[in-house]
Amino acid sequence: MPLITYRDAIRDALREEMIRDDRVLILGEEVGVWGGTYAVTRNLHEEFGGKRVIDTPIAEAAIIGAAIGAAMGGLRPVAELMTINFSLEAMDQIVNNAAKIHYMFGGQIKVPLVIRTPAGWGQLGATHSQSFEAWFAHLPGLIVAMPGTPRDAKGLLKTAIRSENPVMFIEHARLYGLKGEVPEGEYTLPLGVSDIKRGGRDVTIVTYSRMLHVALGAAEELAKEGIECEVVDLRTLRPLDMGPAYESVKKTHRALVVEEDWTTCGMGAEIAARIGRDRFDHLDAPVERLGQVEVPVPYAKNLEALMFPDERMVADRVRKMLS
Amino acid sequence: MATNVILPSLGFDMVEGTLSRWLRNEGDRVEKGEAIAEIETEKATVEIEAAISGVLTKIVVEAGKTVPVGTVIGRIAEPGETVEAAPAPAAPPQAPIPSPPPTVVPSGAEKKEIPPKPAEERVKSSPVARRMAHEAGIDLASIRGTGPDGRVMERDVRAAMETKLPPSERPREAGPPPGGTVPLSRMRQAIARRMTESKSTAPHFYVTVEIAMDEAMNVREQLNRFAPDEGKISVNDLIISAAARALTRFPSLNASYRDGSLEIHPRIDIGIVVALEDGLILPVLRGADKKPLKTIASEARALSERAREGKLRSDDVGSGTFTISNLGMYEVDEFIAIINPPEAAILAVGAVAPRPVAAGGEVRISLRMKATLSVDHRVADGAQAGRFLQEVRKRLENPVTLLVD
Repeated sequence: MPLITYRDAIRDALREEMIRDDRVLILGEEVGVWGGTYAVTRNLHEEFGGKRVIDTPIAEAAIIGAAIGAAMGGLRPVAELMTINFSLEAMDQIVNNAAKIHYMFGGQIKVPLVIRTPAGWGQLGATHSQSFEAWFAHLPGLIVAMPGTPRDAKGLLKTAIRSENPVMFIEHARLYGLKGEVPEGEYTLPLGVSDIKRGGRDVTIVTYSRMLHVALGAAEELAKEGIECEVVDLRTLRPLDMGPAYESVKKTHRALVVEEDWTTCGMGAEIAARIGRDRFDHLDAPVERLGQVEVPVPYAKNLEALMFPDERMVADRVRKMLS
Repeated sequence: MATNVILPSLGFDMVEGTLSRWLRNEGDRVEKGEAIAEIETEKATVEIEAAISGVLTKIVVEAGKTVPVGTVIGRIAEPGETVEAAPAPAAPPQAPIPSPPPTVVPSGAEKKEIPPKPAEERVKSSPVARRMAHEAGIDLASIRGTGPDGRVMERDVRAAMETKLPPSERPREAGPPPGGTVPLSRMRQAIARRMTESKSTAPHFYVTVEIAMDEAMNVREQLNRFAPDEGKISVNDLIISAAARALTRFPSLNASYRDGSLEIHPRIDIGIVVALEDGLILPVLRGADKKPLKTIASEARALSERAREGKLRSDDVGSGTFTISNLGMYEVDEFIAIINPPEAAILAVGAVAPRPVAAGGEVRISLRMKATLSVDHRVADGAQAGRFLQEVRKRLENPVTLLVD
């Protein structure tokens, strides 16, 4: 299988779907001539023209509002928000329109919309380094995907574009350069299906997005000590497929959720509650959570580095759980 | 028809038993043959099975109570049957208007449906540890927790299961401290009492025989060569078979001395001594004389496993008519055993080992095994014992007889 970047995998998905279905269009800030702030949409403007790859004003509510209208009218818009931090400007459109129109109009109108946006950090300071996935996963009516590998990103984005429902497709700023194996040719992956990325018997690590790689790195370290972690990649946060994690906990009796977000009211809280309820009789220890320090992300590089779970922190927590 | 659940007799000498716990609650559906309660006797903790399928409508004897054999401890009604004894739903409060819950629990009549919780000490344990301990029938309080704040963890239950002690006999601590006095477990107390009774009432005599086991070992090896692990035959299985078949010709050794007369038992039920961490237990292989070797092997294996796991059923123990004790696995040459009252005899078997023997004017090596019969002299004499051992020996030295009978 060819090794391609997360960025190229997403671009391939967009391009393939635009070729396949001429209702698919892209809109967002700098997505056209410039090729996207993270260069995801590079060359697509040249290939498909300004009517299908649309540069918009810096007005997120307008971008999402226009995209919702286009979707209601029968198109398949893929709106890009430059980062998830700017989704706050479009929150009313996302929460009150995208997620609810299908319901409020009694199923007569669908909103087949995809909102692509990167979360995560990287020397961008307190207001530009956030992970809001839990805010969106909170909402009935919205599908929230958050892939961690190039293969999953491509397969899930293609499915998201073909979905009849609004999908929040959350990428990660620091994964765009990550290379991974991606199958040649056409393939899709189902939304709402978790995936076991590494097998193990001692501890279940439930995670997603960039933290998948942190967890896998920690698992590699721990394996040298004879500790075998099973790493479950959620891939989709809503609907949340707990099946593989549940099966895994039956075997390991211990679970750790690793997320990049703040832990309070985060995905880890939801996952811990579900495991606590549905796998209570299999637990040998409380479900643990590891996320970023509960302060705004500092700009100073040395402080920022202390904010987020890394391999060492995950490994330490796993050792503690087993002690 | 509703059926009473009664405290069964688990042996000639059992007069009472302690209902250690109910495995089903009042109102639960139960299936025929399903374990519904555990009772503890001096010998073992055993499960009581439901005699019919239905609903456990009434628990008459609460857990923790000791009652005589034959006492009605509960009732099972068939599905659909209405039974007046079924527990009444919690009575609504007298007052029609709900009042705020009282801060002091009243001792009045309206509270009596809820029995006070026993003042048991809460054992810190993880959920999976609780589930595993429950499934294995192990009392959590008997397990030393190694988790945070002494929490009983999965690994602790696993370790406790591996020691394979019956639940009632699990040591409270890692082991008795060197020096000092340790109270005897119920099982040790019972062994002490019964063995003293046996030795002081039954005049024992002992007869030893040496048996050539070359043929038996040869046949066993041939049988086991193609048998799956769970179908393999042990030396002890051959001895059980030989002794049970020999007993058919010596009924006085399959008997009990009672008040000046001899009670000859109609069946040959062989007790097999199984060593436990702190004592021993005698599961009984019923009708051993009528069972083919293969059946004896599989039943003996199942009985030993259940005994070691503390999961013997009520009909697994008690009312044996003859006992075999084998210390061969400890490389014991020979030993003498104390009769298990009220039986008439016990066979003590040592290890099969190569020994030099004189045969046809020369010395050769043969596989030999010594067996010593202890007999109650009130019921039989040396000649009978000798003839019985001759019969056992003949059968073991001609093991084909064990295969065709």
